[in-house]
Amino acid sequence: MPDQLLFAMEVTLNGLMAGVMYALVALGFVLIFKASGIFNYAQGVMALFAAMTLVGIQKGQVPFAHLINAVFGTNIHYFGWELPAVLAILLTVVVMIGFAWLVNKLVLRHLVNQEPIILFMATIGLAYFLEGVADLMWGAEIKKLDVGLPQGLNAAIDEATFNLFGYGFFIDNLDIAATIIAAVLVAGLVIFSQYTKQGRALRAVADDHQAALSVGISLNFIWVLVWAIAGFVALVAGIMWGAKSGVQFSLSLIALKALPVLMLGGFTSIPGAIVGGLIIGMGEQLFEFLIGQPFLGGATQNWFAYVLALVFLVFRPQGLFGEKIIERV
Amino acid sequence: MFYREAGDFKTSYVADSQTFPIKFDRVRYWIVLVLAICLVPFIINDYWANAVMVPFLIWSIAAIGLNILTGYCGQVSLGTGGFMAVGAYACYKIMTAYPDLNIAFCVIFGGLVTAAVGVLFGLPSLRIKGFYLAVATLAAQFFLVWLFNKVPWFYNYSASGQINAPERTVFGYAVTGPNADAAPKYLFCLAFVLVLGWMARNLTRGTIGRTWMAIRDMDIAAEIIGVNPLRAKLSAFAISSFFVGVAGALFFAVYLGAVEVTEAFGINQSFLVLFMIIIGGLGSIFGSLAGAAFIVLLPVLLKNVMVGGLGWDTAIAAHFEFVILGGLIIFFLIVEPHGLARLWDLAKEKLRLWPFPH
Repeated sequence: MPDQLLFAMEVTLNGLMAGVMYALVALGFVLIFKASGIFNYAQGVMALFAAMTLVGIQKGQVPFAHLINAVFGTNIHYFGWELPAVLAILLTVVVMIGFAWLVNKLVLRHLVNQEPIILFMATIGLAYFLEGVADLMWGAEIKKLDVGLPQGLNAAIDEATFNLFGYGFFIDNLDIAATIIAAVLVAGLVIFSQYTKQGRALRAVADDHQAALSVGISLNFIWVLVWAIAGFVALVAGIMWGAKSGVQFSLSLIALKALPVLMLGGFTSIPGAIVGGLIIGMGEQLFEFLIGQPFLGGATQNWFAYVLALVFLVFRPQGLFGEKIIERV
Repeated sequence: MFYREAGDFKTSYVADSQTFPIKFDRVRYWIVLVLAICLVPFIINDYWANAVMVPFLIWSIAAIGLNILTGYCGQVSLGTGGFMAVGAYACYKIMTAYPDLNIAFCVIFGGLVTAAVGVLFGLPSLRIKGFYLAVATLAAQFFLVWLFNKVPWFYNYSASGQINAPERTVFGYAVTGPNADAAPKYLFCLAFVLVLGWMARNLTRGTIGRTWMAIRDMDIAAEIIGVNPLRAKLSAFAISSFFVGVAGALFFAVYLGAVEVTEAFGINQSFLVLFMIIIGGLGSIFGSLAGAAFIVLLPVLLKNVMVGGLGWDTAIAAHFEFVILGGLIIFFLIVEPHGLARLWDLAKEKLRLWPFPH
């Protein structure tokens, strides 16, 4: 087989893996959007916050250390213990649930019945707020996140493809782990929403707020629940991205990567988020490889996904799997 | 007591439909104008010009521009940073291509080019609505910034990839370049704010502004009563982009002097302008100015209090800025979705009745 084709295949595979990561973030968006009609721009910052909290708890950092030191003139930074990864993850989940409760209590309850665009802007404000809090709490420096996920070149695939084509594909172990975890997460979510009482209530709310209220489903509880689940998804995404490229500010920008995924897949569809993620991940890698790098000077990943989504939307405004938009006067 | 319309008789339709129907408002407006033009240039120094006045004026133009699109026409845009970049680069290209051309025309040219680009990116708005559109405008943001980064023609093949504003003068005073003084810079920006603000105010209360508002309130209903959505939306995109482009050109030429596109016109600038109009008030020219003033003054104030007053780290102050900004956005959206402009109106209503409320 010609080299070019092999490279393209490798790029496609890596693109698909990257797409899984996008889908992971997009999933959090879809969950919240379906249940409450809120487009949660803060999802990316939630991933950052979750990852920072995880590292902070694991390393035994003192929250707000810089601030405390600045105000009281002390010099404390660490409690001096290190927690095992599993315990730290559990504690972080508790923090994210608390965060979901707070957001609901302080922000969303006061914005019921507002236009979607107002809610969207409120979540932009939330994103800024949370980002500031995260930096104040744990410090803004780049942190290394290590929860024991496998990393580096996958030797088995390298060897298998080398024997097959005479060229070993470079596939990161972490990407494979992410793919598996994402699959498990999606399966878990589907089971949860199909077979548990809370899951059914959640789908009922997503379908029709008023009808759900009238049969006695507590909207408040569902919203806290769904934000907590979104927080959990954000934590998973944060762990994956954090393990890949370190926990830093740019992590919050993955929200921006997830937006075109959502537009492509439709805001209301979980399969849409996954398929959209795969298309975008693969498309942008292939475009960069085939056209961007040779002809346009590279770095086309920054905008390709958006332009693709934009062109796509002109022909199908509700996305691939979204519900048809019906407007009435 | 002194703030009444009683006794202020209007004898013509023109007088009746003027911007400031109350005499006190008119007088105050002229006093502010006279102070801004005749007093401030003589007392302004470099710190005040660079840290407060010039950025305030430039952001005001950008905020008015976005407010036309978002506040009046209801089309949310997150591509403001990208459009500002278009204005800046168009201004730069024409400044360097025709060194004899007056800088004011260069800035206007920047605005016109941006208007054309804005119409192009506004085309999808005819099919895409709401936050689908908001996300679609991000395509403009990322694509334009990438374009100016990657195509060397835009930055005249300079080795650093930056663009630098050469010195240009107006009436013999340098307004761009390293030798420009505070007062000419300030006056140059002020002139643009006054003309564009006057234009925006009159556009938004005329026919075209009413069609925008009809589209904003319910586009299908507007279409049924005979508003042409194509013309209304695209004109809003064009005029809004013109304002934003002028702001971008001034931001580059007068305020920064040297620009690296990803830093100066990134996505954060888009959000910043959006925050200005939320805090200031959607659908209000005064609100745009108030929001711009607020966003410009907040970091200066925080820095002075926390770093200067309490002796904290600049990093902590920067993080606090994020917290306060985000908190304020949420606060305003919950408590007063119409922003500072609405608070101002409420204050005026109270003042009309004062000191006998009933």
